[in-house]
Amino acid sequence: MNQRRAVFLLFLSIVFFFGVSTAAQQNAPPAPPTEVKAFDNPNDAGGTITITWKKSADDGAGENDVLGYEILRSMAQETGYGPIGTASLGATNYVDTSAVDRVTYYYRVAARDRESSTLSEETIPAVASPQWFNRRRTNMLISVVLFSFLILWFIERAKRGEKLFIRPLAGLEAIEEGIGRATEMGKPVLYIPGILDMDDIQTIASMAILSRVAKMVAQYDIPLLVPSKMPIAFTMAQEVVKQAYIEAGRPDAYNSDNIPFITMAQFGYAAAVNGIMLRQRPGTILYLGAFYAESLILAETGSSIGAIQIAGTAMPAQLPFFVVACDYTLIGEELFAASAYLSGEPRLLGSLKGQDWGKAVFMAFIALGAILETLGLHFLTGWLVTW
Amino acid sequence: MTTIIGAWIAAALTLFIFSFLYKDNPFYKLAEHIFVGVSAGYWVVYEVRNVVIPNMIEPVSQGRYIYIVSGIMGLMMLTRVLPKIGWLSRWAIAFTVGMTSGYFLVTYLQSHALEQVRATLLPLNSPNNILIIVGVLTALIYFFFSKEHKGVFGKTAKVGIWFLMIAFGASFGYTVMARVSLLIGRMHFLLSDWLRLID
Repeated sequence: MNQRRAVFLLFLSIVFFFGVSTAAQQNAPPAPPTEVKAFDNPNDAGGTITITWKKSADDGAGENDVLGYEILRSMAQETGYGPIGTASLGATNYVDTSAVDRVTYYYRVAARDRESSTLSEETIPAVASPQWFNRRRTNMLISVVLFSFLILWFIERAKRGEKLFIRPLAGLEAIEEGIGRATEMGKPVLYIPGILDMDDIQTIASMAILSRVAKMVAQYDIPLLVPSKMPIAFTMAQEVVKQAYIEAGRPDAYNSDNIPFITMAQFGYAAAVNGIMLRQRPGTILYLGAFYAESLILAETGSSIGAIQIAGTAMPAQLPFFVVACDYTLIGEELFAASAYLSGEPRLLGSLKGQDWGKAVFMAFIALGAILETLGLHFLTGWLVTW
Repeated sequence: MTTIIGAWIAAALTLFIFSFLYKDNPFYKLAEHIFVGVSAGYWVVYEVRNVVIPNMIEPVSQGRYIYIVSGIMGLMMLTRVLPKIGWLSRWAIAFTVGMTSGYFLVTYLQSHALEQVRATLLPLNSPNNILIIVGVLTALIYFFFSKEHKGVFGKTAKVGIWFLMIAFGASFGYTVMARVSLLIGRMHFLLSDWLRLID
């Protein structure tokens, strides 16, 4: 019996010993993060310092009880530390966005478990400062310089009188034909400059084309209707048409009532333009600019009144609707080429030629890049990553 | 009661707009004019509350006086109604157009050119990738304006336009489906909220 009691007591002692030692192990503070470094965040406008560290030995290993990290900052060495933020379990870096430029900071990172935390060594001093040049955008700089050079080079050649060939664009040649037809029928020309404002490059291109169209219309002496959806585009349209009428020698024929502002609501504008089409029955309708869901509503109504319709947009989702409902469609970049083609100005023609060379450079990049990727070389793809 | 009146007005205006499918008529004209007038008024309030107040009034009242410049530019736009000083609006327009062109030179080059080129740098190890690269290269050839589309160049450009048209066809079908869902939404409103024929 005594022997049994002794065995039982021994068993209890062993259980107690292991329990106490396990509890003692669980309560041990976590291992601190190591190799903590702080440095000015590169390629930024200042005000940020990056802190990096190696995970605590108890984060994902060891006791595996680390809950996260706390980042502490001080403006003096070894004293005055206060928390500035936290990082989650497994994190190895933190960006201090509250740093003031040209102020020296020291950092420590504390690993936290449920009961305690352990501080790392102090970092060497770090100072935030802005950089003049973002080296991650070197690719953008090279691209802008290269394409600007190509465009300026060809503009210069065009200015010197060199004849630059531009292939005919069917849609553009139809504009003059359409205006002529409207004149014969004694009907107005309706010009819709898209539904975006002057902060869209398509609207700017559209205004350049509007200038040429207005000049032709002024010469043929028929009304030109330009309903606008956006306020600045409306102001611009009035200015462009007025200037074109003056250049055509017909300032008296300019009527600002024909270039109204409708509404900024997309479908309110579409409804009003539909009404204009049905009541004024234009002979030719030009849709040149940026369009969204109203494109098919407008083009279908225009088609139903038998007008010649010429569209041009760089909105991929709307192009199919114009292709099916209009007589001619300028696809994507053809819209931007149109203003150069219509004006015949050396500056614009040279720019177009330069853009063609730009496309050739891109094609060479694609061909070369595809071969390199096939060979498992990724440096060209990496270089093209933009920030 | 208000909800019922609202549903009746909305249903009537919906039917007035649909009547355009037959032909232009006084009901469509009425709905069109209400739509244009209400939306123009709505946008004035919207712009004041979401653009003028947060982008000018609030910063200026907090002492950031540089924002007055935007207000002055806005006022210059309005000088168009006064013929004697209407030329001032051209300055504001010139600023807007110039700033837009300069700003978008970089952003467009990034999003519409470099990013697209990077996404096309695919290994030639699958029919899909080869198709993408051939499609992009031939479509780009179509957009060459300073060379006549004749001979091999012309034939390649023709392949490019085929790629474009197939893409447009797919996009057309996809968008039509989305538009049909809008029509279904409107029909559901008429049959459910108005006539209460379905739940």
